[in-house]
Amino acid sequence: MSESLKGIRVADFSWAWAGPYATMLLALLGAEVIKIESQARLDHVRMRALGFGLFRGADRSPFFNDLNLNKLGITLNLSQPEGVELAKRVVAVSDVVVQNMRPGVMDRLGLGYKALSKVKPDIIYLSSSACGTTGPERGYVGYAPTFGALGGAIYLNGYPDAPPQMTMGSIDLRSAATAAFAILAGLCWRQRTGQGQHIDLSSQETITALVQDAIMDYTMNKRIQTRRGNRDDIMAPHNCYRCSDGKWITIAVATEEEWQAFCQAIGAPGWTGDERFCDAYQRRKNQEELDERVQEWTMTHTACEVMKLLQDAGVAAVPSLGGEGLYNDPHLRERECFQEVEHPVMGKRVVVAPHWKFSYTPASISRHAPLLGEHNEYVFSELLGMSIEEIEDLVQRGVIY
Amino acid sequence: MVSKALEGVKVLELCQFVAGPYCTKLLADLGAEVIKIEEPRLGDTTRRRGPFLWDIPHAERSGLFLYLNTNKLGITLNLNKVTGKEVFRRLVRDVDILLEDNSPRRMRELGLDYDCLREINPHLIMTSITPFGQTGSYREYKAYPLNTFHAGGEPHIQQFDSATPDRAPVAGSIFMGEHDGGLSAATATLAALFYRGVTGQGQHVDVSKQESLIALSRLENMFYANREKEETREMATAAAQGAGMIGGLMRCQDGYVVLAAMQDNQWQGLVELMGHPTWTEDEMCRSEGTRSMNAQKIVSLVQEWMINQNREEVFRSGQEKGVPIGVVNSPQDLVNSPQLRARGFFVAIEHPEAGKIEYAAAAYRFSKTPWSVQRPAPLLGEHNERIYCGLLGYSKQELVRLRQAGVI
Repeated sequence: MSESLKGIRVADFSWAWAGPYATMLLALLGAEVIKIESQARLDHVRMRALGFGLFRGADRSPFFNDLNLNKLGITLNLSQPEGVELAKRVVAVSDVVVQNMRPGVMDRLGLGYKALSKVKPDIIYLSSSACGTTGPERGYVGYAPTFGALGGAIYLNGYPDAPPQMTMGSIDLRSAATAAFAILAGLCWRQRTGQGQHIDLSSQETITALVQDAIMDYTMNKRIQTRRGNRDDIMAPHNCYRCSDGKWITIAVATEEEWQAFCQAIGAPGWTGDERFCDAYQRRKNQEELDERVQEWTMTHTACEVMKLLQDAGVAAVPSLGGEGLYNDPHLRERECFQEVEHPVMGKRVVVAPHWKFSYTPASISRHAPLLGEHNEYVFSELLGMSIEEIEDLVQRGVIY
Repeated sequence: MVSKALEGVKVLELCQFVAGPYCTKLLADLGAEVIKIEEPRLGDTTRRRGPFLWDIPHAERSGLFLYLNTNKLGITLNLNKVTGKEVFRRLVRDVDILLEDNSPRRMRELGLDYDCLREINPHLIMTSITPFGQTGSYREYKAYPLNTFHAGGEPHIQQFDSATPDRAPVAGSIFMGEHDGGLSAATATLAALFYRGVTGQGQHVDVSKQESLIALSRLENMFYANREKEETREMATAAAQGAGMIGGLMRCQDGYVVLAAMQDNQWQGLVELMGHPTWTEDEMCRSEGTRSMNAQKIVSLVQEWMINQNREEVFRSGQEKGVPIGVVNSPQDLVNSPQLRARGFFVAIEHPEAGKIEYAAAAYRFSKTPWSVQRPAPLLGEHNERIYCGLLGYSKQELVRLRQAGVI
C-alpha cells in the first residue's frame, strides 16, 4: 500500500503545538519528517503541559508524543555556525521547511526563506507565527489560548449571561491544520511548475477565518454577535439537555417535518400541541419553556436511548461526548478511531488514529514520536553521508547536541 | 506561467451549508475551477440562513453563503430526475475532484456512489464529507453543527475550565466545527491530488466531521483512554493538587484578555508589567514549578491587578515585554484590527445583488501564488449557460427544455 506523500521530506524546525502538529499531519500522509531540535533549546512540550505541571524527562511527555508521531528526530545546536550549516544540508535534501519561531529569528540564524531558497531553490517554506510576519503586531508572541482570544473564537464561546469561555489547545491544532493545507497547495503547485515559495501563516487569522458568519454580520449590518450558549438564531429545540444517566445530549430541530417526528418519537405528550410551540417562530420565541419540557423528557432516558430513539425518527440527537464517551463509543470503535502506539519509554499509549480514510493511500501511524536525537545516525550518516568520525567529532564539540 | 496554486484543477461540488462549501472555497480561492451544483429554485440552504444584508432575507444576500462560495461557478441541477443524473455523470467525466456531503445511502440510491462514478472517470478523486463518515453504525445519523461539535469532545474539555461548570457544555462559535470539517476534507483532498499527480491514481476519501473534531482535541480527548498510564496519572495528580497555567481569561476594566505566561522570561515580563508588586518575591513565585503548583493563588493576585487595566493598553505593553497576552477580540474589534488591516486580511468584493462588502481573505500569504478573488459567489444558476452549453455542448434550445422539465 502506498502513501499520499511518499517521497516528500520535511525539515521541521517547529516546536510547541501549532508547528509540530502541521508537520505531523504531513507525516501521517506519508511524508518523511525530520524534526530538528537541540538539548540547548528543547521543544518545551517535552518538558511541560499548560496547566499540568512539568514532565519527568524529555522522553516522558505524552503531549510531545501525540504531536510528533511518525517523525524522525535529530539534535542540532543552531546557536553554533556548524549546526546551521548542517541544518542547511538537511534542507538541501528536503522538499518542505516548517518553522514557527518568532518572526525574524530564523533569518538571524541564517535559516530564513531567502537563505534556504539558495540551498534548495524549489523549497516550500512555511513560517507560522502568532500574527504573521508583517504588520504592526508581527513580533507578538502567543500560545493557543491567546490566539483563540485574538482570532475571535473566545468572544463567541460561552453563555450570553456569563464571561467568555476559554478555548485551549485545539486552537493551535486548527492553526496547524490550516498550515498543512497551505503546504499541500504549495506542493501541488510545485509538482506542476517545479517552483518553491514562501508561505506566511498567521495563527490569529486561521481562527478568524472560522468565525466568518459573525464577521459578515458586522461588515454587512454592523451587528456585534455575541455568545449564545447552545442556542441558535432560528432553530428550536436547539440545545444540550441533561439525561437520566447524568450525561448530556444535543438535540436540534430544523424543519416542521423534524418537529413532528420529534413529537411522535417522545410519545406526543400534551404540551407538544400547545400553541406556544405550534410553529418554528413560536418555538424559537418560547424556547425557555420548550427547553424545560424537552429536558423533562430527556431526564427519563439515558443519552444513548435518546440518541437511538430520535435518530430512528430522523431527528438530529447526539450526546455531548467526553473522553470516556468517545473511547467507548461503538461507532468510533467500528471506525477504528483510536489505536495503540508503543513508546520505548512510556509504553503503550492510546492515540487518535488519522482522521481521514483514503481508499487507496491510507494515512497511518507507523511509529512513536522520536526520542531526543533518536535518528542522528540515520540522518547524518545515511542521508548526508557523513563518516562516523565526523559525527563523533561534532557530538564532542556540542554541535550535534 | 501558472500563477495560482491550484490553477487548472477542476472541482465539482455537490454540497450544502458550511463544511462542504468551505472545503471547495479553500480550493477555489487558490485558483481551482469549482462548479457548484445547487437544487433548482431553492439553492444551497445557506441562501436561506443569515446573516442577511440589511436583515432582509434574500437568496442572494446571505453573508454566510456569499463568504463560503467566492470564486465558484454556480449551476442548478435536479438529481431526482433521470436526466439530471445523466447530466451529473457527464460533469463528473471532466473533473479532477468531486466533493459531496450527502448521506452514503442517498448517493447509493442515486447510483452516484464512488463505485459507479469511478467507472465513468477512473482518475476521479471523490471526497465525501459527512457527520459520521461512510461506515459504522452512525453513518446515516443526522447532525446539525451543534450536534457534530459536541460529538468531537471539545465542549466537554472546556468544562474543566469553565465559569459555568454546572451548566451544559457549550458548542462555541456555532459554525466553527463545520469549518474544521471542511478544512480537514480540503487537506485530505489535496493529499490525494498530489498522489494522483505522481501516479495518475484516483480514490475515494471518507471524511467524518466528528473525527476531524476529535483529532483537534486529540490530547485532552485521550486522557481517559490513558488514565492508567504513569504519565497521565502524574498529570492528573498535578492538576488535582492545583497545578495550573499562570494566566487564563482575565477581566479588565473594559473587557477581557487571555494571558499565558509559562516560561521564566515571560513571567519576568509580567512582573515588570505589573510594576514589581512585593508578592512576586514570595517563594511561590520562585520557579516555573512553584508557580505552576501555586497557580490558583498567583492567578487571583494577577487578576486583582488586571481588573484595573485597560485591555488594549495591557495587551500592547505586555507584548512589548514579551508576555504572551491577547485581547478577547469581538467581531467589531477584528474588522477594525490594525494588524489585520495592515496585512490586507479584509478584501472588498463587488456582488451584483449584495453590492460591495468586505470579506475575510485567508490566513496564509503565498509569495508567488497569492490568494485572490476572481469573482463573487454565484447567483443561483448563474453559470448554467456557460457550463451546459459551453462545456457540455447543449444548445440554448435544449437548455430551455431542461429548464422546463425541471432538470436545471
